[in-house]
Amino acid sequence: MKPSRLKNYGKINRNNVLSFTWDNKKYKGFEGDTLASALLANNIGVVGRSFKYHRPRGIFSSGVEESGALVTVGLKDRRDPNVRATTQELYDGLKASGQNAFPNVNFDLAGINNYLGRFFASGFYYKTFMGIPPFEWGKGTAIWMFFEKFIRKAAGMGSASTLPDPDSYEHAHDFCDVIIVGSGPSGIAAAIEAAEKKLDVILVEQDSIIGGDQLSEYEFDSSHIENQIKNLGIKVMTRTTAFGLYDNCVVGLLERVTDHLSLPDKTLPRQRFWTIRAKHIIVGAGAIERHIAFNNNDIPGVMTVNASKHYLNRYGVLTGKKIVISTNNDSVYETAELLSEAGANVTVLDSRTNFEIETNTTFEIRRGYVPYNINGSKKIDSLDISKSENINKSETINCDQVLLSGGWSPAVHLLSHRGVKPKWDYENACFLPSDTKENITMIGSSRGLWNKNDCIASGVAGATDALNRLGISKTNYFFPKPGGWKNPIKPLYEVKYKKSRSKSFVDYQHDVTSDDVRLAHREGFISVEHLKRYTTLGMANDQGKMGNIIGLSLMADLLNKEIPEVGTTVFRPPYTPVSIGALSGRNVGKHFRPLRVTPMHQWNIDHGAKMIEVGLYQRPWYYPKENETLSDSYIREATTVRKTVGICDVTSLGKIAIQGQDSTEFLNRIYSNGFSKLQVGKARYGIMLRDDGIVMDDGTSWRLAENEYFMTTSTGEAAKVMSWLEELLQTRWTNLSVNVTSVSEQWAGVSVAGPKSREVLNNCVVDSSVVTNNNLPFMGVTSTFLKGKIPCRIARISFSGELAFEVYVKSDFANTMMDLLWENAKKYDGCLYGLEALGALRVEKGHVTAAELDGRVTIDDAGLSKMASTKKSYIGSAMRKRGVLKNNDREVLVGFFPANLKETFNAGTIVCEKNNIKGQGIGRITSVTYSPELRHWIGIGFVKGGLYRWKDTTLVGADPVRNKQMNLKIVSPHMVDPKGEKMHA
Amino acid sequence: MIRINCPYCGERDHSEFSYGGDATIKYPSLDSSEKEWTKAIFFRKNIKGFQLETWHHTNGCRMWLEIERSTVTHEIRSVKPCHPDLKKVVENNK
Repeated sequence: MKPSRLKNYGKINRNNVLSFTWDNKKYKGFEGDTLASALLANNIGVVGRSFKYHRPRGIFSSGVEESGALVTVGLKDRRDPNVRATTQELYDGLKASGQNAFPNVNFDLAGINNYLGRFFASGFYYKTFMGIPPFEWGKGTAIWMFFEKFIRKAAGMGSASTLPDPDSYEHAHDFCDVIIVGSGPSGIAAAIEAAEKKLDVILVEQDSIIGGDQLSEYEFDSSHIENQIKNLGIKVMTRTTAFGLYDNCVVGLLERVTDHLSLPDKTLPRQRFWTIRAKHIIVGAGAIERHIAFNNNDIPGVMTVNASKHYLNRYGVLTGKKIVISTNNDSVYETAELLSEAGANVTVLDSRTNFEIETNTTFEIRRGYVPYNINGSKKIDSLDISKSENINKSETINCDQVLLSGGWSPAVHLLSHRGVKPKWDYENACFLPSDTKENITMIGSSRGLWNKNDCIASGVAGATDALNRLGISKTNYFFPKPGGWKNPIKPLYEVKYKKSRSKSFVDYQHDVTSDDVRLAHREGFISVEHLKRYTTLGMANDQGKMGNIIGLSLMADLLNKEIPEVGTTVFRPPYTPVSIGALSGRNVGKHFRPLRVTPMHQWNIDHGAKMIEVGLYQRPWYYPKENETLSDSYIREATTVRKTVGICDVTSLGKIAIQGQDSTEFLNRIYSNGFSKLQVGKARYGIMLRDDGIVMDDGTSWRLAENEYFMTTSTGEAAKVMSWLEELLQTRWTNLSVNVTSVSEQWAGVSVAGPKSREVLNNCVVDSSVVTNNNLPFMGVTSTFLKGKIPCRIARISFSGELAFEVYVKSDFANTMMDLLWENAKKYDGCLYGLEALGALRVEKGHVTAAELDGRVTIDDAGLSKMASTKKSYIGSAMRKRGVLKNNDREVLVGFFPANLKETFNAGTIVCEKNNIKGQGIGRITSVTYSPELRHWIGIGFVKGGLYRWKDTTLVGADPVRNKQMNLKIVSPHMVDPKGEKMHA
Repeated sequence: MIRINCPYCGERDHSEFSYGGDATIKYPSLDSSEKEWTKAIFFRKNIKGFQLETWHHTNGCRMWLEIERSTVTHEIRSVKPCHPDLKKVVENNK
């Protein structure tokens, strides 16, 4: 093959010469080139190696259906594999290389696979690793694990960079009346018609310039259309692919913003992921030319007919000197003429015998002939041809290029995304789009229209359809009938090779041959979906855009059925590959999810806090002094709280204001324990159940006034509880006069805990009498002022088991409150404590948190039976004693000590009986800590039957993940101050 | 993507909403028997076609909505507030 650049052809800018490298060698191209056209112009025929057999591959097409010229573009952290050279615009300095080859695509050592073909037939993994008879040698996982890495290295295409992606990506959104996919003749006609009728129109084009197939016309110039479109206010999005259609006319687009630039503006994203919400979608996505399966139909130099027309008129590249065109339809004759005029020696093999064609130029037409076999390996030497009636080699034609046209497949992919199955059209030998009730209209050749005038008419009709469906007009319209060729197409999918071991490719990209399809049939994989998965036909980047129909027709043939009876596989998004970067957009790294911080976040950090994530929140974990480790630090903090006083940021707790005359009744219904007698100025710990009787959450509710409560929830369940309360009030108890408002962000809270906490608060409040034991008894609530006239709410609530207070101020006063409390706590040798110490203190007390209340636990399981009122009904009361929940073999909350007090254990340890260490055991440890008070490790968790069943038995803690095992003693979960004397002090 | 026409906020992406459940369930009174509650909580029809369901406009006005949606096509036929008083307000404003 000796392609060359012609002087008077093409829409490239010859004044702007671009240099690029291919496999480390420098070449030149022009502005307006794709990588593929530049490679062709430089006589580079072999651009890749095939997936399984490592056969040399060239450029098959000029568009997104490309399944041969998949190359790697860019270096290092910008290395992008499997880029279609046919759609990659050339830019100055572009660095591309062939892939799936060593050392390079011209000389590839793995090319030997071509001769081992019979070992790599469909299903070879499955068969090989089922073992080889008679001894089933090689069966099992170990062997697979051993071979896997070699197989994975041999198969597969390019490799992606493993370095962090240096580029940024964006998510963008837009709305419009009508979105038109494809800017071919039909799309442009539709856009103009819709815009003239005052619709808000977006026109999407995957190519860099608008025009669609017209870009392969010698005289076509898009600039005047661009002006017209701009004046009508149509938003044109080029280099943008509509990759998927979704519910309610939502379209997903991928805009390639800088992929075509050599030095992109660093402030621009590389790609944009668009979500367009339209009222109507018009698809003019065009049609894709099919190839024909015959022996060696993949030798570099094979191309679709239309592609060579594009290379000629758009890029000025004549793809061959001595060209054989093989066809079964009329669409190739215009191209044959053009190639002939451009100086090529053209022969057309037409599988049909009776047809009429008028041509101006002389080229040979061989009626009733089909291609039989290509001779050559890295380039075409000659083509063996056969009579179409009697398949066998009849003669050999010397040529350097073979162009194929096995018919055209309308691009029905986008409609298929909506679950609309295409219907087979015998007359045109292709699938045509079916009708849909949704606001989607197919136009142009994606509707099976082969003539430009029909396409234009269909565009106008499509726009009218949109106007009618949107209720703007009631105009009659009609779509031209599918088809448009003078002579009917004669189906031609495969020319069967007479000799054994043929390589006639159905799907180029995955090396699926016609023999593979026959093998699948022999082995019973006859359903289309099975055929696809067994042979991998239609998988990978191109998703069978060229090969699917051929595969279907072969299977139909084998089953003695028609193609529509065999069916078609469903196309799913994306139409063409979408990079992971575009999908994630800016939601990467620190922006992967929202970050929530408390208003005293910086204060905590300034005072030495190490932070930990709790849900979305950043909370202080521990406050190390000098060289303290985590465990040094939390043990000191917990000890200090028990000895003097400590301050802990508890702002992340959920906070809900509950107001209205039925507030008390509302709380009485949602909490398992009674709230009807809670006095104003008192708080109560409460447990909420789900409808099914399982614990949902726990927290305290403070009665601030007759009809006003302040509820706290756990950090993790705050959002869920809020939604739940709203659901109850809006859907079930709609006559209750209650208002719930999330005030989590409005209040900053701290816990001041320890024997000296009252003294500290005494110094901080304006009126110290409010915090005396009489005025603020255990569970008492008051609204008062901190020094500096800061309004605050104080409740005497203890999570640590010590005398303790929770103090809340408006978030703006958080830092002032912290300064004030800390300044006074220091006077009593107090400390700041974090979540780790908080955990230690609560485990010592056997208080449950999210680690225990995991959605499987009942009130009784959690040892909180006393919290379940018997005097009233509440959410979950009917269900909490149902069936399995009353089983006395349930896992119940207990405390754990290591039998040998010097040993440690971890949360997640499985509790087992001594001589029965297996499976899920009889329980689990959920939270552990070193107890500064008891001076050894302790834990809480669950054991079947609870404390009384096991209190004198030694159990075993199995921790297979950490390869640990220890003996356990089961104790009461209330391990420190079980009577609660300290917090009542 | 499903688009939901919230009576208060207007048409929004479904990602702003969270699915609730079957909107036709009449939850029994709190003092009802375990049997009645079991029926209300665990028994659901698997409808092919339009069904009434609740959705919460979580990242919006926080209204609980009663939506008639096709389980086959995701087509939404109606969107109303769950709360009867709000429902009246919306209907009166039509």
